Order: sequence, then C-alpha cells, then structure tokens
Amino acid sequence: MNRFFEVVRRDLRLALRQGSDSVMVVTFFVLTVVLFPFGIGPEVNVLERVSAGVLMVTALLASMLSLDRLFQADYEDGSLELLVLTPTPLGLVVAAKMLAHWLTTGLPLMVAAPVLAVLLHMQAEGFTTLLAAMALGTPILSLIGGIGAALVLGARRGGVLLSLLILPLYVPVLIFGVGAIDAAVQGMSAKPHLLILGGILAGALVLAPWASAAALRQALE
Amino acid sequence: MVPAMSNQALSTFSGNGLACVRGGRVVFAGLDFTVDSGGALILLGPNGSGKSSLLRVLAGLLRPAHGRLAWDGLPVTDDPEAHAARTHYLGHHDAVKPVLSVAENLRFWAHLHDPHTGRAGRAVDSALERFGLSHLASIPGKMLSAGQKRRTNLARLLAAPSPLWLLDEPTTALDKASIKALEMVLAEHRAQGGMVVLSTHAEIHMPGAAELHLDRFTVPDHDDDDDDHPAPEGQTP
Repeated sequence: MNRFFEVVRRDLRLALRQGSDSVMVVTFFVLTVVLFPFGIGPEVNVLERVSAGVLMVTALLASMLSLDRLFQADYEDGSLELLVLTPTPLGLVVAAKMLAHWLTTGLPLMVAAPVLAVLLHMQAEGFTTLLAAMALGTPILSLIGGIGAALVLGARRGGVLLSLLILPLYVPVLIFGVGAIDAAVQGMSAKPHLLILGGILAGALVLAPWASAAALRQALE
Repeated sequence: MVPAMSNQALSTFSGNGLACVRGGRVVFAGLDFTVDSGGALILLGPNGSGKSSLLRVLAGLLRPAHGRLAWDGLPVTDDPEAHAARTHYLGHHDAVKPVLSVAENLRFWAHLHDPHTGRAGRAVDSALERFGLSHLASIPGKMLSAGQKRRTNLARLLAAPSPLWLLDEPTTALDKASIKALEMVLAEHRAQGGMVVLSTHAEIHMPGAAELHLDRFTVPDHDDDDDDHPAPEGQTP
C-alpha cells in the first residue's frame, strides 16, 4: 500500500506543478455550460428542464479531455516501463494513477457543478442529489476512461480514438446520473438511480484497474 | 527448493532456448545464457540484433516467444513480483520528470522499488554523490543535459539495492569521467555478489565479464528452416 500512495503523491505533485490539466478541465466545464443559456435562450423553464443533462454531459466531456495524458507522458519518457516493473501488482499502480486523475479532475468538476447548477436555475431540491450523482459518477469516468487511455497508448491521434471508445461506455453514468437528479427535482426518490450508479462504481473499481493494466502491458510489448 | 536465502547468497539467473519475435520477424532463437552472483554478461551485436529485446525479455517487459527464464532453477514467471524486486532495468529513456527535481525523481523511484530502504534519504544522497549529482539535487529535470539525465537514471541502481542489473546501453550520453564512475559502481556491485547484464557499443571495462554475441542467434529470413527451434505458436506479441 506504501507504493500505492507513493504513486498517488507523485501524480498529484506532477499535476500541481504542471497545473494546466485541472485548470483546463474546470475551465472547459464552466465555459461550455455557460454557452447553453446563449444557445437556447435565458428562459428559466427551459434551462431548469435541461440543467441536469447539460451538467452531466459537459462533465463527461470535460473529464475526457485530460484522459489521453493519463499514461501518455509516462509512456513517452520511459516511466511507464519502470512502473510496470514495480514489485507490486500493476493493477494497484494503475488504480493509484486513476485515483490521482480523479482527485485532479473529477473532484474539481464536482465542486464546480453546484455553482453552475445555480446558473442554470436548477431547483434547490436537486442540489444534494447532483452532488451525490457527481460523487459516484466522476470516479467511474476516471476508471473507465483509464482503460481507454491505456488502449490507445502509442496510437496516432489517440485523443479522437479515445473518445470513440469511451463515450459509449459513459452512457450508463449519464442515464442514471440525470435520472437521479430529475427524480429528486420532481419529488421522487433518487435512491434507485444512485444505487445503480454505486453498483457501476463498485464494478468499475474492481475491473477497470486490471483491464487497464493488461492494456498497458500490451502497449509496452 | 532452496529455503529463503539472504541477499548475498549465491544465485543463478539463466535462460534456456529463448526466442523473441518482433513484428512477425524472429529476432533471435535458441539463446541460452547463465549469470551467477558476481558475474557479468555483455551483449554484443550490430543494430537490430535483439540486444534491447533480450534485455526487455530478461526484465519481464516482453514475453519470450519460446524458452524460459529461471532464477535459482525456479521459473521467473512463477513470481513476477519477486523478479521485479530483484531487478533494476535501465532502458533507452531516462524516466526523469521535467517538473520534479533530481532528488525528487530519484527518491520516488527508490521508494517505489523498495518502500523500506531509502526512507531516510541517505541512500538517495549517496547515490547522487556517486554519480556527481549532489550539486544538482534541487534542479528540476527539465534543466538537465542528456548526460545528467542518464546519470540520474543510473543513480536509481544505487538508491534502492537489487541484485540483478539489466542495462541497455548505459554509457549513452555519458562523458569519460562518468563512464569511469559507472565502471567503479559496476565493479563494486559485482564484488558484493550482484549480477550485471548490459548491452553496449562503447568500450566499457568489466574484468571477467562473459560476452554474448547476439548475431550468432539470428535466424535467416527463410520461412521453413527452423529445424531445431520450433516456431512460436500463435504467441506473437
């Protein structure tokens, strides 16, 4: 476990020193959401109706922006070979990198979401559910996205390929995330949706690091 | 089976009938080697003869298409993590992060390799000193020259001890003084019972090192003359 935290600490330190990734992701999120009132007009009813969907879709896209750097930098400078040769299961190292990715992108998105929800006139009942859905959903994005990032490693124009691979897999997060918020706003229970999101998260936690590790080994051969 | 042995006990690392296929081409086949504690093996051969591939096979980054590797007679694939723990691999890239300082880069790899040693930082400091990097310890990686990066990477070998060193052209970008320092480090490592397998095109002085000429194991580019080395079956990487 020492090694796990060593990798998390290093990736956080790299992210803090380079800075650009987290800032870019959040800025993209904010800017894109702000575009919607311009595009579909400032009517409160309309914005309120689409707010949950807009927030979730934009969060998916924003989190995807930073994914192709998840392993690419380590792959290019030879660090990935050494990480693979760490005397610990590779899945653990990958999980550490995914956790660091979530902390630097998913978490800031989660923090920014309620502010943007106000901008889109989301009803106050939806806010806690929005936070819960983001808390469960964004780690799934980092986990599943990590598989994609490992698969496209070394490919030309990996970024485009990555979005084609990963976006379809994000659909369940979108459906149940928006479902939960809509249910809460309409006064129904959001629990079933959130439970399903939790289930997806549990499954991804177990499967994604190992799938990603297998893809990384393939990329290095 | 040998009971748990101390680090300094005599060990043997050997390969038997190794074959490597890259992009559908057999790079080498039927390769055997043995390295004992204190021994060294120099891989020689022209470009493309498979020196780097062999080192990657030995490190466990690449699966051999055929043949097996053994440590003290036990297959390496039985416990890949134990193999990783006793191995230092140094490849073409230096794995130096531009925004981390030399000491931070080194400390990370040392702790990752062995979370228990080097916690106090003493091993890291003395490793830096051996390769003349002490005065650069707080300089970020992006300011380093190619040779300084290479030395930072080499310092990894000393920062967390491991018996088996696999070095892919370690002298690249090094100046004469640094090559001397490296030769000393290699000699000390072997005197302490370590093993070294390295590939090189440059002169590197290693008394008593065995040589392995990889061009002797290349397979001619015909399709059906693999008489004694069966072609790998569907295991192309």
